Amino acid sequence: MAIDNLADTQIIEHMVIDPTKDAVVIDGVSKIFKKSRPLLRWPRKKDDKSEVRAVDNVTMTIKRREIVGILGANGSGKSTLIRILSTLLIPDTGHVSIFGYDVEKDDRMVQQLINRVSVEASFFKKLSPMENLIYAARLYNMPTAEARAKITSILVRLGIKPDRIGRPLENMSRGMQQKVAIARAFLTAPIVLLLDEPTTGLDPRSKIDVQHFVKELREVHDATILITTHDMDEAEALCDRIAIIDQGRIVALGGANELKRAVADRMGRNEPVTMHEVFMHYTVAHLITDDDIDRYGSWEKAFEAYEAQKEDENDGE
Amino acid sequence: MTTCRSGEAWSGGGTFVAPCLGDRYARFRLFLAQKEDGSNTLMSSLMHQGRATYAFFERNWNLTRRYWAWELVWLVYNIVNAMSVTYIGASAQLLTGTKIDTSFLILYLLIGTSVWTYLSVTFDGVTDIINMERWEGTIEYTFMAPISRFTHMVGSCLYAVAHGLLFTFIQLLVVGAFFHLDLSHANYLTAVFMLLVGSISFIGFGIATAVLPLLYTEKGMQMSFIVRAVILLVSGVYYPIQVLPIWMQPIARISPATYVLEGLRASLLHNQSIWSPEIWSNTWPLIITGIVSIPVGVYIFGIAERFAKRTGRLKRNG
Repeated sequence: MAIDNLADTQIIEHMVIDPTKDAVVIDGVSKIFKKSRPLLRWPRKKDDKSEVRAVDNVTMTIKRREIVGILGANGSGKSTLIRILSTLLIPDTGHVSIFGYDVEKDDRMVQQLINRVSVEASFFKKLSPMENLIYAARLYNMPTAEARAKITSILVRLGIKPDRIGRPLENMSRGMQQKVAIARAFLTAPIVLLLDEPTTGLDPRSKIDVQHFVKELREVHDATILITTHDMDEAEALCDRIAIIDQGRIVALGGANELKRAVADRMGRNEPVTMHEVFMHYTVAHLITDDDIDRYGSWEKAFEAYEAQKEDENDGE
Repeated sequence: MTTCRSGEAWSGGGTFVAPCLGDRYARFRLFLAQKEDGSNTLMSSLMHQGRATYAFFERNWNLTRRYWAWELVWLVYNIVNAMSVTYIGASAQLLTGTKIDTSFLILYLLIGTSVWTYLSVTFDGVTDIINMERWEGTIEYTFMAPISRFTHMVGSCLYAVAHGLLFTFIQLLVVGAFFHLDLSHANYLTAVFMLLVGSISFIGFGIATAVLPLLYTEKGMQMSFIVRAVILLVSGVYYPIQVLPIWMQPIARISPATYVLEGLRASLLHNQSIWSPEIWSNTWPLIITGIVSIPVGVYIFGIAERFAKRTGRLKRNG
């Protein structure tokens, strides 16, 4: 089923997009957060970590119409990277551009090209999905009549019954609210769509609906999509390339099969590994090298040894 | 010499065809096309900002409707508060045992309570630009939308003014029914004028105060309450500012509420026209405060927004 008139939306009427340019260019981006300390705490502890390096020198290019997944543990920097692309955070170093527009200097231009779905459905919960989405549509310069038709079409498509569209969001389940959040992002037909764990909390059928919708957005609207997820199957099913981020750094980037092959080779296996194993390999406390495999006897033993070491360190803190 | 190229790509989205009629003519057509494209862009941009302004107005109206029970609570609270204060005026003669013009005192206090209701509802509406969005968790989505911060504020402030006016009007109707008000010396036109001029300068103060919840994710709201409380104390809401300690009186002169109250009292108690020196002496500080405080407020907000984006403070709270 096609998304009605998705390609007709003219939110970028007076912008020039060069389709030959890369959709997203992330060049040496780092972001450090400073922890605020209580003013009256004295004496200060020496081992206080006052800085958190959320994103560490990330460089990456995403081509037009590409779907790229970012996998990483909680707190690995995925959401920070998405926020930088969304113009909500200014990087400390490096540059990010979307179709040649710098996210810091040309933020208004970039905002017309993007939309984002965050892990928590953020809405005015007393308002209905229609009221929330009409509000969003107006901010993106969509005529009301056109927006109403499109909102109903997308929400129904995502499995929300028409009689629920006018009732307060607070009465909806988390999964339903997340679907409305996804509809809000799709509504403005963004050229670059940033999805931060969009299917967390959705049932399997809804997950598949959303995945089809994402693919359709690429096919119909030529959208470029960056998605973060903890769902390995989703990443494999949806993404052309997958980046694995650990402690703010991109530690692996490639197609799912390419990554699987690389990890299988490293583990000395002939049969293919799963994406889950790929993820574990790259996000283990210590990246397992050939030397580690030699030292511990096998990839699995090296993995277990480093995980045990990580747990001991965490217990010590 | 101009090279004629049919179908040259045009940044306005259409196509510009330069005719081969010489350099000057081609440039003239180019100029006209650019001008037309420029005005189209301007119109489109204005339409977008107008739509966005209405979006904030409509959203806040929808929220008011959905939180109607709280609206009712605040309305009842304000009415009871206004009545309690006004009854102090009605009882002055009884309390002191001396002959006092209680009609004057009742109206004096009623103006104070009404103006304070209006200004505090408006001020809350403006500072809630950030508070409410943090609480609901929508702040990142609003700040990610392709609109200017000025539009964001205009939309929110327009609703705050309309909401404040409606709230105060209902309060006045109810409280007025309990007292015999001597409005024989009232100049209503001047009163409305003072309220509108005062609103503009108060919006500037509100915008600057909205920076607090932007910078301090948890304590900003409490800080904005402190600002409001100080304005209540120094602005002569229930008394002339001359009774304040000497050191406090210069602070009263900074507060736009002081001038609004003095102007309103002059208009409703002494029938002063807009052009009278007494009204003018309260109007020009409000005009200057408005002209200065709104751009300064927006500028400060811009700096604070950038700081919030550098330090990661644009996040939900609550």
